[in-house]
Amino acid sequence: MTTDNLVYERPEAFTETPTHYCPGCTHGVAHRLVAEVLEEMGVVNKTVGVAPVGCSVFAYNYFDADFVEAPHGRAPAMATGIKRVLPDRVVFTYQGDGDLASIGMGEIVHAAARGENITVIFINNANYGMTGGQMAPTTLPGMKTTSSPNGRDVETQGYPIKVSEMLSTLDGVGYCVRRSLHDPKNIRLAKKAIRAAFETQMRGLGFSMVELLSTCPTNWGMTPVASMKFVAEHMVPAYPLGDYKVSDAVKQIKVQG
Amino acid sequence: MPKELWKGNEAIAEAAVRAGLEAYFGYPITPQTEILEYLSRRMPELGRAFVQAESELGAINMVYGAACTGARVMSSSSSPGVSLMMEGLSYIAGTEIPAVLVNVMRGGPGLGNIAPAQSDYNQAVRGGGHGDYPRIVLAPASVQEAIDLMALSFDLAEKYRMIAMMILDGSVGQMMEPAEMPAMREIRRRDYEWAVNGAMNRERRILTSIYLNPLDEEKTNLRLAERWNEVKTNEVRYKEYFLDDAKYVVVGFGTAGRVALSAVREARAHGVKVGLLRPITVSPFPYEALNQLTGQVEAFLVVEMNAGQMLDDVQLAVRGRVPVEFYGRPGGVVPFHDEILDEIRRLVSGPLAVSSNPRDSWLTRMYRNLKIAVP
Ligand SMILES: Cc1ncc(C[n+]2csc(CCOP(=O)(O)OP(=O)(O)O)c2C)c(N)n1
Ligand code: SF4
Ligand SMILES: [Mg+2]
Repeated sequence: MTTDNLVYERPEAFTETPTHYCPGCTHGVAHRLVAEVLEEMGVVNKTVGVAPVGCSVFAYNYFDADFVEAPHGRAPAMATGIKRVLPDRVVFTYQGDGDLASIGMGEIVHAAARGENITVIFINNANYGMTGGQMAPTTLPGMKTTSSPNGRDVETQGYPIKVSEMLSTLDGVGYCVRRSLHDPKNIRLAKKAIRAAFETQMRGLGFSMVELLSTCPTNWGMTPVASMKFVAEHMVPAYPLGDYKVSDAVKQIKVQG
Repeated sequence: MPKELWKGNEAIAEAAVRAGLEAYFGYPITPQTEILEYLSRRMPELGRAFVQAESELGAINMVYGAACTGARVMSSSSSPGVSLMMEGLSYIAGTEIPAVLVNVMRGGPGLGNIAPAQSDYNQAVRGGGHGDYPRIVLAPASVQEAIDLMALSFDLAEKYRMIAMMILDGSVGQMMEPAEMPAMREIRRRDYEWAVNGAMNRERRILTSIYLNPLDEEKTNLRLAERWNEVKTNEVRYKEYFLDDAKYVVVGFGTAGRVALSAVREARAHGVKVGLLRPITVSPFPYEALNQLTGQVEAFLVVEMNAGQMLDDVQLAVRGRVPVEFYGRPGGVVPFHDEILDEIRRLVSGPLAVSSNPRDSWLTRMYRNLKIAVP
């Protein structure tokens, strides 16, 4: 078989289990990028993943790697425990915005501040997907959710938290960037960033995080295509894409692809 | 090893190190902070992991993560901090992995105070965290016993893939006593068949506490219950003092048991046939030992540094066959031995009724003794 016409192949770092994600949800895209990167780096068999509480709670079913499943928001603490006793393993968390930026804000900030050599894949879909679309700390002003039915009112419900900007102020952070999954070009850039984040960890250069702007067509009440458009038109302006922190040491890393 | 003078908290820390502790995660809180401080120096010196976590939530989840790799790990805290750890403990229990926690208890509820108390018996023994899970709870009464139970806690936790918790009050943590340290055990990282540490040359492993299908969760609950039966059969530990001919038996754990022993000795010197049963494992509780004693005993006296928590377990064991009386000093107050001696005398002079509620009559006596008005 030639690979000339091959458009899709399951990465070896994936199990055969079909994902439970809704059609058009970018959780699946993010999973695939992580799986491809781990496979390309040849580290799948020395990886320990930490799944969150959220729609990606079953992430461990899809990666062909060792996994644990953390209490809601506590993944960075669990990852710290794992990495401290197994410093030569690749340890990553995969967390939603409710998980990371609300209930788990303490854990993520301090893991970053300590410069834990872990990688965090942060899925910002502007709502609590799993529990049916409530307001998250990342919900845009005016955005309707099941717990902000008239649109997020910043007077009473506060303002969105820009996690990448915030964490990038911490000296323990080696690599902290925001990317988006709304079109092929951005997906390619996201993959490159995920690679850079894991390379940061492999070289012991501190905490690394990739924030990924994502869709939740089901709870947004949009088609997958409209969701992608919503990300491009509304999420990207509110959460600008870019490199928020790339330490000098990390800048030296040459990432191909 | 020769005896040396050890402070309780530091002795616990060193005993854990010698038992092969690979990583410690904790957060400062009186009266256990010396454990954290001691290990902040000792662990790095030995090339082992130490993290001062951002909170007890962080600490217990670091323990959870590290324990998933099969490493020997622990945390320590005091009452309010342990409350914060309950989420993590429940997850650890649901994941069926070993973990060790030391609770140097203080007066509560709320912020309470930092004085020695046995306020968290129910939280420790009955579960505290959500869900249906058993846990092993050990209660030392001296620095030496704390040292000995530290190594045992790890062994039991690993043997049964269960939480082993050591509860002591601040006085044992803070007191200095001559004690003998065991020799340094070598660290042996066992590659448990469940440990998550990278799927090298084997199938991948998953550690989780999720069983979405209720039938699977039920099976898990049954498995935990079955394992608990094994623990109950093999691991009940307690100390007996003067029980052979005892007509009256005092039951107390930790410091309350230790103070009670002086009272029992003095009563014996006056010819009172009184003995002491001091549970060392408060979970599994020595129900059977107490059950056996009901045949020979006229009354039990439960002594605790709380408002009557272990009392329920003694009553469960005695099942109303003989009177059970209670004396407690809650709130961070340590009873004097003559208070307990007075209580023993009260038992002996009778009359006592099986039907009376020991907690109610204790409350009445407390208001009278303390000369404060009943609100
Ligand atoms: C302690 C605790 N509180 C609340 C919940 C309920 N809960 C489950 S998932 C979730 C929100 C997850 O949202 P997010 O992290 O944004 O992930 P998403 O589903 O959007 O990917 C909540 C609140 C829980 N499981 N545990
Ligand atoms: S609810 Fe939203 S985040 Fe969850 S799987 Fe469906 S689309 Fe994705
Ligand atoms: Mg979300």
